[in-house]
Amino acid sequence: MHLHRYEKIWLTFGIGSLVIFLTVLGVSAFAFGQQPPSHMAKVDPQNVRDAAPFDEPGLRQINETTYQANIIAMAFTYQPNKIEVPVGSTVRFHVTSSDVVHSFTIPNTNVNFMVTPGHINMAEHTFTEAGSYLVLCNEYCGTGHHYMQMTIEVVE
Amino acid sequence: MRNSALKVEDYNSNIGTTVAPKDAKLSMAHIYIAFSAFLVGAIAGLLQGLVRGGMIELPNWLGYYQILTAHGVLLALVFTTYFIFAFLFAGMSRTHGAFSDRLRKLGWTGFTVLTIGTLLAAILIILNEASVLYTFYAPLTAHPLYYVGLTLFVVGSWISGATLLGHYFGWKKAHKGERTPLFGYMTVATIVLWIIACLGVAVLVLLQMIPWAFGLTDEINVLLSRTLFWYFGHPLVYFWLLPAYIAWYVSIPKIIGGKLFSDSLARMAFVLFLLFSIPVGFHHQLMESGISEMWKFIQTVLTFVVIVPSLMTAFSIFGTFEQTGRAKGGTGILYWLHKLPWKDVRFFAPFMGMIIFIPAGAGGIINASFQMNAVIHNTLWVVGHFHLTVGSTVLLTFFGISYWLIPHLTGRKFTPFLNRLGMVQTWLWAIGMFFMSGAMHLIGLLGAPRRTAYTTYQNHPDALVWFEGIFTNYVTIAIGGVILFVAAVMMFYNFIYMTWLAPKGDTEFPISEPAEDASETPKVFENWKLWIGIAIVLILFAYTIPIYDMIVNAPPGSPTFDFLIK
Repeated sequence: MHLHRYEKIWLTFGIGSLVIFLTVLGVSAFAFGQQPPSHMAKVDPQNVRDAAPFDEPGLRQINETTYQANIIAMAFTYQPNKIEVPVGSTVRFHVTSSDVVHSFTIPNTNVNFMVTPGHINMAEHTFTEAGSYLVLCNEYCGTGHHYMQMTIEVVE
Repeated sequence: MRNSALKVEDYNSNIGTTVAPKDAKLSMAHIYIAFSAFLVGAIAGLLQGLVRGGMIELPNWLGYYQILTAHGVLLALVFTTYFIFAFLFAGMSRTHGAFSDRLRKLGWTGFTVLTIGTLLAAILIILNEASVLYTFYAPLTAHPLYYVGLTLFVVGSWISGATLLGHYFGWKKAHKGERTPLFGYMTVATIVLWIIACLGVAVLVLLQMIPWAFGLTDEINVLLSRTLFWYFGHPLVYFWLLPAYIAWYVSIPKIIGGKLFSDSLARMAFVLFLLFSIPVGFHHQLMESGISEMWKFIQTVLTFVVIVPSLMTAFSIFGTFEQTGRAKGGTGILYWLHKLPWKDVRFFAPFMGMIIFIPAGAGGIINASFQMNAVIHNTLWVVGHFHLTVGSTVLLTFFGISYWLIPHLTGRKFTPFLNRLGMVQTWLWAIGMFFMSGAMHLIGLLGAPRRTAYTTYQNHPDALVWFEGIFTNYVTIAIGGVILFVAAVMMFYNFIYMTWLAPKGDTEFPISEPAEDASETPKVFENWKLWIGIAIVLILFAYTIPIYDMIVNAPPGSPTFDFLIK
């Protein structure tokens, strides 16, 4: 089987680019910890409110600038559906679903993950600017899907 | 000499082999259903664009998510599958001779089962009992019979696939030691890929969803169901793409009056697609919990490998273009481009699809890029992406195929009038897609969700920007959608014209002569047991440990949620 010289150049360039892309992704993931949200903790999806941390949904302060937000996604809202943190806070979102698949998505940030029943997913974000942040569900979850939202108020 | 191979009259007088009349009937039966589904799906798409832009409201007997389900199922599953089988049945008859009566009967059985499944699913969508979108993610629950419809759809496609495989291997038996025609080789790769991919959805529907939806089991393992779906869902896109590639490799060289660049590289590309399109489903699940980073990354690496055969295809096809252009007297670095038949829709429509595949492929690389997926996951960007890939590259190629396939099957002429209609149709499709898909990509970057009815999120400023931009505006999407709808209606008219109205006569089914190097093509490419074996090894490598973990360490399952969709 014969490979044309130009094809060799083309494939070397193409495959070389892919190797560089993958290396960048791999290094930023495994050396710098920029992993996709892949939390492994599990819950009973039919009884999410029976056990910690979802027996008390809401915001908990961990230290001066860090908070943990325990949130239950459900058709067609989040519980709680409003939280308030001071500007500069880092918030760890722990989210699960009490019914079908949802997402927890804050537009214009990198917080955008799936919430599958039976699993807890999480992401962390530091809010450096004050304002009202929209959280929405971007996974179809039923007839009221487009009403599913909450807000995060970041205050001075 | 310019464009000499392309004059419509030349084509009609230069008939080689044809599709056997009885096989043409089977192929046309698929075409009727394909284009009927296409028209209804396009109407649903138009309505969606107008609803999301806030321009119309649907009557209360018609739900947004109902038409969204219809749009996805009719275009992504019904139109594509029926068109693909129409093309493959006709092509196999053209290149391997008429099907035997026994095999053709099997083909009709496949068609019948496929169609019963389609009708059952369609009825339940119309009754609003199945508004679960075409991905039907558990634990949202459709009417149990909807899953029966899907099962019949898959079974029907397997029977049709078996017919094609039977014809190919029958030919091989009768022509011992000969190299198989490229069309047949590529058909087998496509069908084998489809059968292996469907194993995932078969397990999902038969072992998980049907018992659960009928109430025989109480709970479903959601993560496992999603994994099985995407084991199937990603190679599904290659099931759409490979038939388009068949036309690029086998028919386009003939249409432009040239020869394929290389036979062995074409076969190698298809083998690589078979091997690497399946063990990669996790790149659709990068943002979900319960799958470890390591396994997501391994499948991301495998996902990138499948880019290689597309790079090879790009080289082969453009190599064919240059060779042909130069053989016709084109010189210089780019002047040979002038020698290509730009005014022939049978070339131009697929060519437009190829050009669109460049940004589409680049977008796909972004989507699969592990942590970067968070930026675009489930936003309108993704919808913009697959309207370029399947919605433009694949569809424009299928339209390009239609212009000779349908008149060939119906015994009519490909006329200059039809060619002009086709050229306008192609431009309208490309322009409409530029507005619709372009705006979808950009609004997606601003966070707009996919699969969501009209909403301003209580006039939240982050959502209102999607309605305020000059280009990044839901209205731009709707405008693109209207242009696309006009193009779709034109295409439907073209189908009617080619089927019943065009003057009687002959149109060639273009099959390129073998490439110069065809005789040297290594025998190993014909060793299907080897390729299927390697494919299975790769699948076991990529999936065994994560799936074992999903089953053994599963959280309690989920009950049905059928009330949420009504």
